[in-house]
Amino acid sequence: MTHAPKVTRRLAIVAGLSLLAAATAHAQGTQPPIRIGSTLALTGPLAATGLVHKVAGEIYVEQLNKRGGLLGRRVEWVVRDDQSKPDVARTLYEQLVTADKVDLLMGPYATGAILSAMGVAQRYNKVLVHHTFGIPSLAKYDMHFPAWSLGAEPQTTVPNTVADALAAAGKSPKTVAVVTSKFPSVHFMSLGARDVLKKRGINEVLFLEWDFGNLDFGPIAARVKDAKPDFVWVGAIGLEGNQLLEAMHKIDYVPPLHFHMYPAPGPMSKSPYTKNALSMTIFEESPPFTTNPGAAEFIPLYHDRAAKAGIPDNSVETQAAASYTAWQILEAGVRGAGSLDDKAIGAWLKKNRVDTLQGKLRFDGPSNYGDDLMRVKQVQNSRWVIVHPKELAAPGAKLQ
Amino acid sequence: MTLPSATLLAQSALSGLFIGALYGLLGLGLGLSWGLLHLINLAHFAFAFLAAYVCYQLATVGGVDPFLTLAIIVPSFFALGVVVQWLLARFEVSPLNSLLATFGLTAIVEATIQHFWTADFRKLDSAYAQMKFRVGELFVPVPELLTFLLAVGLSLAIWAVMRYTDTGRALRAAAEDGPIAEAFGVNRRAHSLLLAGVCAALAGVAGVCLALSFTLTPAQIYGWVGVVFAAVMLGGLGSALGPLAAGIIIGVSEALAMAVASPSWAPIVSFTLLIAILLLRPGKP
Repeated sequence: MTHAPKVTRRLAIVAGLSLLAAATAHAQGTQPPIRIGSTLALTGPLAATGLVHKVAGEIYVEQLNKRGGLLGRRVEWVVRDDQSKPDVARTLYEQLVTADKVDLLMGPYATGAILSAMGVAQRYNKVLVHHTFGIPSLAKYDMHFPAWSLGAEPQTTVPNTVADALAAAGKSPKTVAVVTSKFPSVHFMSLGARDVLKKRGINEVLFLEWDFGNLDFGPIAARVKDAKPDFVWVGAIGLEGNQLLEAMHKIDYVPPLHFHMYPAPGPMSKSPYTKNALSMTIFEESPPFTTNPGAAEFIPLYHDRAAKAGIPDNSVETQAAASYTAWQILEAGVRGAGSLDDKAIGAWLKKNRVDTLQGKLRFDGPSNYGDDLMRVKQVQNSRWVIVHPKELAAPGAKLQ
Repeated sequence: MTLPSATLLAQSALSGLFIGALYGLLGLGLGLSWGLLHLINLAHFAFAFLAAYVCYQLATVGGVDPFLTLAIIVPSFFALGVVVQWLLARFEVSPLNSLLATFGLTAIVEATIQHFWTADFRKLDSAYAQMKFRVGELFVPVPELLTFLLAVGLSLAIWAVMRYTDTGRALRAAAEDGPIAEAFGVNRRAHSLLLAGVCAALAGVAGVCLALSFTLTPAQIYGWVGVVFAAVMLGGLGSALGPLAAGIIIGVSEALAMAVASPSWAPIVSFTLLIAILLLRPGKP
């Protein structure tokens, strides 16, 4: 007798929840899905990273639908291949808006394609959340929202963070060689580094630039060796940093300290010649990042799906984290606005902070950029570990 | 501006010599195909990268020594070259159309590579990568040295075949005037299939050299086109030794430009050199 009311109450709760779930499922089943359109570099020179964004996006949409979708509707991601070409991205975004009539847009991968998509988004007053846009000063549209938290002036803040990291480790260099690719989103960072390091009293003993696609790094390695710098700033993207370090190895030279702007994370951490290479990141698989919203669910799923997709290095770092963050921002915007109205979503995002995989992000600074959350990481024992700032460093990790 | 040291210049020139030999090796098959078959085979670069990936696969998964993979790669790429040539001849593709057809083939090979190995980076970790030796102040990496020796050896071998054998004479005669060569009993069809097979096999050898020294991605196929075309045009279409000599001139001049001035000057120097030599060389029409 004494248990009867409890049992009845439990039964009522279970029945109520079942009805709610059934109603939600019914609502999801009867309403058309919310269609989110984007392109990615699935073929062409940027395809290796494009695939990372595809895997991350698929996981997010799947998780989102399991949670009931958006505004009670299922979410469908319409993703097209822009072939790593900004002009193709522009055409495809036009099609997504005008022919496919998608409800929302998500950004493509890489600065050139994002700029193209931004132009289309601006023409149709659509919100554009994007993953990894490298030159904040070029983002003029007031409804673009960057998921990569590099701040409004990374060309100043990033080199200062690197120099702070070296100083904190008691390794402040007296001389530097700045060698850089002329790839746009890298080159301006290297030019910023020259100014910052000069202001900090570090003597520049060598400055070299190469065209993106350079095949012979031997002479560049020989010149760095000849200049004998304490620190080498390598303004490299993709494999260029590996190619330079391999060329250095061939002439029996190891730079004392070396920083690489945007390396291919897998090859850089696994190569036998890249020991102690420094770089920047917004996320690594170590505390406290692993306790951030979404991390616990996303990391194991990403490992599994990336391995199945044939991605050799399937750890979550800047690219995958920025991608996941972009979806978190869009979801927060829609939920906050309570509608699919782009202006309402944009207004909500500008006024609010969003809890993401990489921390709390804000969009109320210059060009909608918030804080520079880039941290310094280093290759140690063939894996990347965060070494600066101290409070975010991986357990026991110190800059070597 | 301080003058670069002699060691820096010599080390840079050595680096240019090695990369130039690879330009020459890649250009050897391309130039023979262009000059003797009148086929501008853009797919030559795709074949080289396909061979590089096959080498990577056999060496990484199968544990085969990278150079031993040549035993599989050379005959299979010879067969591939024969098949492609048979198809192009079957449909009577003109030289200009061959450029388009082989560009399409390149895209297909690139997509195939991406299907099997993804677009991500693949690096062949072989024992050769660690090997180097010292001559005075200079360091000599073994994989690049082996590439150089292969390029020189194969260029000389092809040159000797073209100059001293009946097959070589027949190939040159067919390229000069096909109908007259046929009237003298040259089997053009068989010779063109043979040469196409050899060119594709040479792409296979170049691919193994690429796998030994470079990290691979499918899209890198296109990164080599400009400079290797320059080496072929500079060296002369159909020439066996020309692309190697031209490749080395380009490689060394680029390397010295990097050592003395700036790496970003390298393409300007090499392509200015190309234009100057094409304009000023003896026998220019």
